[in-house]
Amino acid sequence: MDITSDTHSQHISRQFNQELEELKTHLMAMGGLVEQQIQEAVSALLEGDSRLAERVRDNDKAVNDMQLKIDDECTRVLARRQPAASDLRLVLAVIRATSDLERIGDEASKIARNALSLIEANQGAKGVVEVRHISEHVRKMLRDALTAFARFDIELALEVVHEDDSVDSEYASAMRSLMTFMMEDPRAISPVLNVMWILRALERIGDHANNLAEYVVYLVKGLDIRHVDPEELDEAAIKRQD
Amino acid sequence: MSETLFSQAAGGTRSAVIEIPAARSCLEIDDLSLRYGGQPALQGLSLRVPRHSVTAFIGPSGCGKSTLLRVLNRLHDLNDEVTQSGRVLLEGEDIHGPGVAVAQLRRRVGMVFQTPNPFPMSIYENVAFGLRLQVPLKKRRRDEIIEWALVSAALWDEVKDRLHDSAWTLSGGQQQRLVIARTLAVQPEVLLLDEPASALDPISSLKIEELIRNLKSRLSVILVTHNMQQAARVSDYTAFLEGGELVEYAATDDLFTNPRLTRTEDYITGRMS
Repeated sequence: MDITSDTHSQHISRQFNQELEELKTHLMAMGGLVEQQIQEAVSALLEGDSRLAERVRDNDKAVNDMQLKIDDECTRVLARRQPAASDLRLVLAVIRATSDLERIGDEASKIARNALSLIEANQGAKGVVEVRHISEHVRKMLRDALTAFARFDIELALEVVHEDDSVDSEYASAMRSLMTFMMEDPRAISPVLNVMWILRALERIGDHANNLAEYVVYLVKGLDIRHVDPEELDEAAIKRQD
Repeated sequence: MSETLFSQAAGGTRSAVIEIPAARSCLEIDDLSLRYGGQPALQGLSLRVPRHSVTAFIGPSGCGKSTLLRVLNRLHDLNDEVTQSGRVLLEGEDIHGPGVAVAQLRRRVGMVFQTPNPFPMSIYENVAFGLRLQVPLKKRRRDEIIEWALVSAALWDEVKDRLHDSAWTLSGGQQQRLVIARTLAVQPEVLLLDEPASALDPISSLKIEELIRNLKSRLSVILVTHNMQQAARVSDYTAFLEGGELVEYAATDDLFTNPRLTRTEDYITGRMS
């Protein structure tokens, strides 16, 4: 059966309702923080702001701490409540999601570190257009995946899953053009490599956002669509109401 | 292998019932209804119980799960208040058929209740009791069966040196395993357990659960329980009953991770419906 975010909070035990609500709230807070980390890391690069880049790098610990805290809360719910059905799926989805968000946080600090190298070397902005473009794309994916999680929204989650393919092809084409650039101007190899690492980090963020969207489908429908090619997804079956 | 049949009753209530192939089932319940006086207790239940598996019946108090278990052992026979329709087939044979003797049925379908009820006699005599009612056996053969039953009920090591002590000297958990051994001694095909562990401490409960798991290689077990975690731990299939209706019947793995119907979801997750 399908669950909605409304029916999900009607347990006889209000304490249990509250514990599950807190898991979701804390996950959303963590999502908000990593989204801000990406945004600031990219801004630092685009605006040449080394202090902002340093702040992003240092904030990674806060993301890690949130993962530990939420995982700890999930462990307690499992031990004390022995959740079943959609409650169990929620706890599992939250545990998986914190791990992806933490990895997104790592990618954001990777972007910040590479941005710092570029700023310190005072290097020109080859590939910056691509970084801006792809970063907007993956941030939208992340935001949508988090919204889908908060609202138990399958349709939005499936949109995110399909978006990931276009991020992958944008990434591939950006890499090709940077590769050509390196061959033409060997002096640019070092800064271009920094940009490539940044693009690579953004592409990975897209993959993690895609994972989050897959957890939403698991949470709401009990279907595990990890390792299923998006082209082969039976969306009619996923959206069907039992 | 098995598919779920959705159906919609006239009153608008939906059910989702896994279809166990007849060849794999030991018991078939077919459109069973039962009333206590005017009060309906079971309403048109149909399901098949698989052989060599543990099937749990869960549901709120008064949902009919114990009533159903009692039907399977014909415990309502002497109650004039009870009217019943539909059929129950044990290995294809109607248990209410004219050729079926109740004593014979109860040998094939054993039952254990919530409160351990050992007889006021020795441990040995408790297990021997059912055997003595059957064909006469040589003492040696009888001893072998009693040892086998006590071993099967995971009680042998604890009582082998005091078989002739009173059964009342055993703890609650041991008494319950003794009662199970007494039932096993006559080699039933189906074992009905009505809240077998609810009066026991957690460790004794786990021993009973372990025992249930081990027994299913030899017979089919039907377990009625209020304890959903227990149903989730030991059963292969779970049937959820509510208001005398079968709401959902599914593989336990599916029912506890992804139930098909809202009524089931609400019950197992403790939501108000």
